[in-house]
Amino acid sequence: MPAIVSVRNLRKTYDTGFEALKSINLEIEQGEILALLGPNGAGKTTLISAICGITVPTSGTVSVGGFDTLLEYRQARSLIGLVPQEINLEPFETVRATVAFSRGLFGKPRDDARVMAILKSLSLDDKANARVKELSGGMKRRVLIAKALAHDPRVLFLDEPSAGVDVELRRDMWRVVADLKATGVTIILTTHYIEEAEAIADRVGVIAKGQILLVQDKAEMMAQMGKKQLRVALTRPATAIPAALAHYHLTLEDEGRTLVHTYDARQERTGIRTLLNDLDAAGLQMADLQTQQSSLEDIFVGLVKDDA
Amino acid sequence: MNLTAIKAIYRFEMARFFRTLTQSLISPVLSTSLYFVVFGTAIGSAIETVEGVSYGAFIVPGLIMLSVMTQATSNASFGIYFPKFIGTIYELLSAPVNFIEITIGYVGAAATKALFIGTIIFATAFFFVDVTVAHPVWMVAFLVMTCISFALLGFIIGIWAGNFEQLQLIPLLIITPLVFLGGSFYSVSMLPPVWQTITMFNPVVYLISGFRWAFFDTADVPVGLSLAAISLFMAACLAAIWWIFRTGWRIRQ
Repeated sequence: MPAIVSVRNLRKTYDTGFEALKSINLEIEQGEILALLGPNGAGKTTLISAICGITVPTSGTVSVGGFDTLLEYRQARSLIGLVPQEINLEPFETVRATVAFSRGLFGKPRDDARVMAILKSLSLDDKANARVKELSGGMKRRVLIAKALAHDPRVLFLDEPSAGVDVELRRDMWRVVADLKATGVTIILTTHYIEEAEAIADRVGVIAKGQILLVQDKAEMMAQMGKKQLRVALTRPATAIPAALAHYHLTLEDEGRTLVHTYDARQERTGIRTLLNDLDAAGLQMADLQTQQSSLEDIFVGLVKDDA
Repeated sequence: MNLTAIKAIYRFEMARFFRTLTQSLISPVLSTSLYFVVFGTAIGSAIETVEGVSYGAFIVPGLIMLSVMTQATSNASFGIYFPKFIGTIYELLSAPVNFIEITIGYVGAAATKALFIGTIIFATAFFFVDVTVAHPVWMVAFLVMTCISFALLGFIIGIWAGNFEQLQLIPLLIITPLVFLGGSFYSVSMLPPVWQTITMFNPVVYLISGFRWAFFDTADVPVGLSLAAISLFMAACLAAIWWIFRTGWRIRQ
């Protein structure tokens, strides 16, 4: 699949000297959902702002749909919808007018039916004539999404869509994202909720301290996460793994005091029971048992730590 | 040129004006009426005529200018400051629009509002005094140019302002005094010679003089000079806005 967003050697250094982005390279495929995962201050918002034209990159290039975001900003920006992290809305205007304004601003001719259809898809149709300030926080967030979708963008950026949102609304949001993906819209969302990345992303990018540490298919990441370890503490240290246990994936740690068995927790037969029986038969005595599962969080924390 | 975007900005800004129509109109009409009562009736009975025009009529152009200049400035400065303040500016920055389109949208709306108010004040003046307009086309031209150039100035102030205090500062500290001392309520020729010279450094004098010439065919300064002054002022504002958007000053990081 061709890349719809292509970021090359993107750097951003603020006037204060703070290096928010350190040479970012990122290719986003058409129609995918990419979750950018990273701690606060990692550069997620700066990256999005630089792609969308809100901040001027210090160096590097970005193209969207093949258009350079600086030289061909009109074509590039017409393809992009942006949902900001903060609820930035004109409080006194009606929902309908606010969304219609966004559509016009992006150069699309007035289309009341289309605006209403977008509101309906976000369950906002009964609030079309309500003033923005009368809405709840969750509703306002939907208005932000409606505004971003008003000009039928091909690429949608969602900056922390779940920040301060209750579980129900978060699930609604995920449903909206899935529906958009079904219509071929490419979605990039930033989050620091790992469950969110797990729930909706096709690929996950980990960003920390202005650098992309990893971009990986979610399934591959899940496979890593699916690995589980059984740690068996032995009463007497073993010098080697007995021949009778050779067909297990076993390793000895802590100078032979701990036997480690790695297996795939998602399989029906994990082989733990037979292993324990065989341990007994081989004359190894257990003092304690412990299981460990690596999570996306572990991978994430590991990556972020390595960088530090 | 993204005409649809200009229209969208213009419409959205005008909606703000019509939402608060009563406030937008009552306050200028009320203050103008007060000026007529205080200046026109109380002082006017002592002065009677200035340069062959009854004092009540003489102050009409100045009063219109006073309102138009302050309204154009405050409307435009608020128009662009508010999105900055509430954060909706992100949308303008990420939209496929350039600075010319943004400026036309916001300044156009602010100038329209000022023109609207200027017209209302002109109509109000009819209730108090008999006013004749010697050069109607020039009157409209001066009025429109003043609306636009002061809206441009307001737009710059709105971008510059970091808080609501600063937003009020320039109109309060600079524009109001300049307008009051710019011959709104008197003819420059009524001043002592030293003050006549000092007054010539006040750009507003040229605007009010030109506008008054359009009404009564008499002016403090040659009308050509008035036209040159307002054109120069407009050009300076446009240059400043061009620089602001080119450098992203106070807008884009």
